[in-house]
Amino acid sequence: MPLTAAPNFISLLLRGLLAGLIAGLLAGAFAYTFGETHIDAAIAIEEAAAPPAEPGAVEEEPLVSREGQKAGLVLATTLYGIAMGGMLATAYMLLRRRLRTGSDSRAAFGLAGAALAGIVVIPFLKYPPNPPAVGDPDTIGQRTWSYLAVLVLGLVAVWAAVIAARTQTAEWRRAAAGAVAFLVVVAVAYLLLPDINEVPDTFPASLLWEFRVTSLGVQTVLWSVLGLAFGALVTPRGTPTRTAAATESAAA
Amino acid sequence: MSDVKPVQPTGVPAVSGQLLGTALGAVLIMLLLAYLVAFDQGGLSQSGMYLHELMHDGRHLLGVPCH
Repeated sequence: MPLTAAPNFISLLLRGLLAGLIAGLLAGAFAYTFGETHIDAAIAIEEAAAPPAEPGAVEEEPLVSREGQKAGLVLATTLYGIAMGGMLATAYMLLRRRLRTGSDSRAAFGLAGAALAGIVVIPFLKYPPNPPAVGDPDTIGQRTWSYLAVLVLGLVAVWAAVIAARTQTAEWRRAAAGAVAFLVVVAVAYLLLPDINEVPDTFPASLLWEFRVTSLGVQTVLWSVLGLAFGALVTPRGTPTRTAAATESAAA
Repeated sequence: MSDVKPVQPTGVPAVSGQLLGTALGAVLIMLLLAYLVAFDQGGLSQSGMYLHELMHDGRHLLGVPCH
């Protein structure tokens, strides 16, 4: 079926899944290259802090070896990328007509950018990711629910920004209204959600910082590649994209 | 209110009830997949903690809370 024909949802979904597969593999390569040294360093700290085994105790074989976990890293980012690709394609299908742009690829970039802001950057600033050896296992339930809450509120903040921007006509007023709505929702969310800080005093600050920057890098690679790949896959073949951009509504 | 120009996107089916049902199904499957990577501790995968441990590094580096 040519891509220019009106494809059904399954066709769009498959393109989203393909874009997600590409994005997940590249994010996995990034994570493997830049993240594994930090994970190894954190695990070494975790093991040094663990109480020494009782004499005569048989050391338990780990369920998955470190080598297995390093391969599992790429599996995890790939499956996660595929899931996010499917979500992006579904959001694109449902929202495409409401996005005031004539360019399909720009609509795809916009949705991926909104997701990066809402479910990556906003959660990152409230609950920055932690390496192994950081975190109290007894609070994992509360931390998981808080994390999910900040994901949802991040998306609400993006949505509020779009709604607020659309109440205005002048470009600077649109930008200001959007920024104010976004910041108000984020500020309220950050104040309402509990603070979590379980980093031990002895954990090296530089390792924590590098781990967190790398983690943000993994998610940024994933959503950037996902947006670009999906944008490329929904661009109709043979359409001069400059024309599409030129006819874009100023209200977009 | 802002000036709304009709957009004629290429390749997007009109939103209908049936389409919404399909979309909901797709979203549920994607959420299950994301749950499997990010939060499952053997309950969904029925693999004990094997998949959880296998994807341990990915969970940390994707920024999901973990132990």
